[in-house]
Amino acid sequence: MRKSILFFTSLLVALSLVLAACATPTPQVIERTVEVPVQQTVEVPVEVPVEVPVEVPVEVTAVPAEAPTATYARGETLYVSGAAWGPPSTWNPFVTWAHANTTGIVGNVYETLFTFDPLTGDLTPWLAESGEWSDSTTYDLKLREGIEWSDGTPLTAADVVFTFELGEQYAALWFSPVWNYLDSVTAVGDYDVQFTFTDPLYQEWSNNLYNIAIVPQHLWEGKTEEEITSGANENPVGSGAYLYESHAEDRNVWVRNENWWGTKLLGLTPAPKRIVDIRTASNNIALGMVVKGELDLSNNFLPGIAELSKKGYVDTYFAEAPYMLSANTAVLFLNTTKPPMDDPAFRRALAFAINVDDIVNVAYAGLVRAANPTGLLPSLEKYVDQDVVARLGYSYDPAQAQQILADAGYADVDGDGFVEAPDGSKVELEVTCPFGWTDWMEAINVIASSAQGAGINIKAATPDYGAWNTALTSGTFDMTLNNWAGMSNTPWTLYNLLFRHPIQETMGSGNFGRYDNQEMFDLVDALARVPVDDEAGMKAACADIQELMLTDMPMIPLWYNGLWAQFSNAVWTNWPTEAADTPDTLPATWAGYWQMGGLLTLTTLELAE
Amino acid sequence: MRRYFGRKLFIYALTFFLAATIDWMIPRFMPGDPVQNMLSRAALHAEAAEVMHGYYTRAFGLDVPVWQQYINFWIALFHGDLGTSVYLFPQPVLQIIMRAVPYDIFLLLPAILLSWLAGNKFGAFAARSKWLDNTISPLGYILTATPYMWLGILLAWFFGIVLGIFPIAGAYSFTMRPHLSWAFVGNLLKHWFLPFASLFLVKFGGWAIGMRNMIIYELEADYSHYLEALGAPRKLVRQYAYRNAILPQITGLGLDLGVVVAGALVTEVVFSYPGIGYLILAAIQNQDYFLIQGCFLFIIIGVLLANFIIDIVYVIVDPRTRTGMQGETV
Repeated sequence: MRKSILFFTSLLVALSLVLAACATPTPQVIERTVEVPVQQTVEVPVEVPVEVPVEVPVEVTAVPAEAPTATYARGETLYVSGAAWGPPSTWNPFVTWAHANTTGIVGNVYETLFTFDPLTGDLTPWLAESGEWSDSTTYDLKLREGIEWSDGTPLTAADVVFTFELGEQYAALWFSPVWNYLDSVTAVGDYDVQFTFTDPLYQEWSNNLYNIAIVPQHLWEGKTEEEITSGANENPVGSGAYLYESHAEDRNVWVRNENWWGTKLLGLTPAPKRIVDIRTASNNIALGMVVKGELDLSNNFLPGIAELSKKGYVDTYFAEAPYMLSANTAVLFLNTTKPPMDDPAFRRALAFAINVDDIVNVAYAGLVRAANPTGLLPSLEKYVDQDVVARLGYSYDPAQAQQILADAGYADVDGDGFVEAPDGSKVELEVTCPFGWTDWMEAINVIASSAQGAGINIKAATPDYGAWNTALTSGTFDMTLNNWAGMSNTPWTLYNLLFRHPIQETMGSGNFGRYDNQEMFDLVDALARVPVDDEAGMKAACADIQELMLTDMPMIPLWYNGLWAQFSNAVWTNWPTEAADTPDTLPATWAGYWQMGGLLTLTTLELAE
Repeated sequence: MRRYFGRKLFIYALTFFLAATIDWMIPRFMPGDPVQNMLSRAALHAEAAEVMHGYYTRAFGLDVPVWQQYINFWIALFHGDLGTSVYLFPQPVLQIIMRAVPYDIFLLLPAILLSWLAGNKFGAFAARSKWLDNTISPLGYILTATPYMWLGILLAWFFGIVLGIFPIAGAYSFTMRPHLSWAFVGNLLKHWFLPFASLFLVKFGGWAIGMRNMIIYELEADYSHYLEALGAPRKLVRQYAYRNAILPQITGLGLDLGVVVAGALVTEVVFSYPGIGYLILAAIQNQDYFLIQGCFLFIIIGVLLANFIIDIVYVIVDPRTRTGMQGETV
């Protein structure tokens, strides 16, 4: 009796699980064939209620409804991981902070006017056919003709105007501040848009051109403010190379848009029919999967990948150290409102006291590179003023650090091995990073121990992400790591993070150390106003910033985090590497990188023999 | 009988009220600002960040005084609304939890029930039987002392990597989309087996040890000696001992069943299994007040329900409870 009850209970439970798994909203995409001119892709969200386990047949048009594939053919599917930190929750191209979990929503589904190639520094017209400044305050944009939204409606100037005007209307949209210097957006023809500016910030504008995703007016104009600024936007209709197919807690599945304009207009076709983007709960799972060839591209940070790369288990961009391209700069922010970090001499001494080589070689086992003292990524190297760096740069030199400290009046008065401030107060500082970020935890240990070696009492601490982030933005930390300025077309992106102003109660997105120097803010603002084609002007503006930055040392750029990418050639080959015969794009699936070569990488992939 | 359950129900209601209040309070005592954490991922312009911070603080109802937030919490709760997740914005908490719960039940219910049945049986056999006691007892002690996570990793390594017969991550294959077919059900079970086995083995060890010790204790009791003295067969004596020894095990089962929706946190992390355990971890790390609240509310309800069921079961299996109740009514 008891056994049979148990049996039925297990059976019920098993059944409930199957139903639950089936009940995830699975919109069915009916793919139209290219030969049929007027039919449209129809996405029908089918919410299967839990009680009904069957798949509801959908009749929409005369198009033969292709049943959704139950098992993906390996040769048509690309498995990637490393972008998502949580289950997918929104497909809204404006909810930027959650994009990692539905990576590709901007770039592959919704597209930007331009794309950017971090390796060459070029902006390439994408939705736009061309764009140029006709005079110093007018930007003329021409769209490509023949672009369609995935529901078949043409993408026109009206959509671009509509998208930008959303930013004017709703201050809660991330690109809304563009209206501080943008005066109007007008459609001067079906495919021509004119932007007029009051005070054009050329650098920021060029950055926006490849980051603001254009949305379809005919589907978005009926939405409420809440839906636009924070709605989940399920079943997105975009213009891009991929369409939403399905999702679960640990994956996103995207299917190729067979009618994508890029195939006709640019001759580009992404090789994989499907992208399955996987969220792995831990790195060892990603590692296991990529070694077994179940994962084609892993953008996870996997410690020890150097060994596996040498032995040929996985491939990386460079065959030798640092194996990875540099993606962003890890900067040690110093809280300049707290003594002794309010003293430029102390900050400069600290820069000489940190053993960056140990971070590179021990904490990262050679996977990263030491940063240039200006913090600019190798791709922006031409904006580094070598003369300033030669005069004011720093490197690990404890003797030099001790000398600077001694000159500024810091001395070990009480004989505990650590210096006291000139006023005699003890110097006891904490360097932090979020708990669980293992590479950074190692790095701050190196920072603490090498600073201690130079006589500065710094201890490493690892609060939870939430507590760390609150300390970061409210300015209660002593010193902490941050790397929020990534690959960009302009050095302004980095300096905008480092010297974000004005200083507010919460500094949510830059200048966490609250470095308050109007001279520096004016220099950064001056850089923002230099036209992007004026390379000499940009270099001059950057040189001024670098001179002041390295003199005052408000923060210390330490190393470049890598564009973590390890790939398997088991199923897909022709991955971008340093080799001359491979594509010159980025092997990246992170949010924001699809329009920086991530999508182009997919168009050059080839099936392994 | 009515008074017994009436009193029990009152205590459960009171417990629920207090537990839910604490559940509401604790996340809010954590240092930090969840809205700020959410927005900081976007690296926004200073102006935009300020506007958005205000906007979302209002959207989450965090702009009103704390006492009002507390009242709003109860009002929303009675409407079945657990709020919107910050971590998985803009999804409703209830929807997120309901997606995860089936996986937990599917994993934990069989693990708890089967390990309880098997553990009790083996434990009872083992007691006072030299050969079995020397094999099952040490094995049980080792198993019950094993951390779930460690056993999970061992199993994943041996069966997943070395033998390659079981997958190591996910609830079903990344090459499949959920649908009703034998292939999919088989795939689901294949992914389920290793996390299940790691839970089952550890729990089995605990139950077996508990039962063995209880039986030995009962066999030493006066009634057992009396029965033996009367010349009752060994089997009969052990049967009576078993029925007495099972009572504490039932209480233990109740406690275990109470956390059926969240009792596999580390196992789920090891196997990337999409249950509530993993959600709780992520919710706490991201200071998602509403998701933490929601997850723990499910645990509170689970524990109370399980205890209530055990109360009823006791009335059935333990005649002394029934006698007690009659005594009260007389």
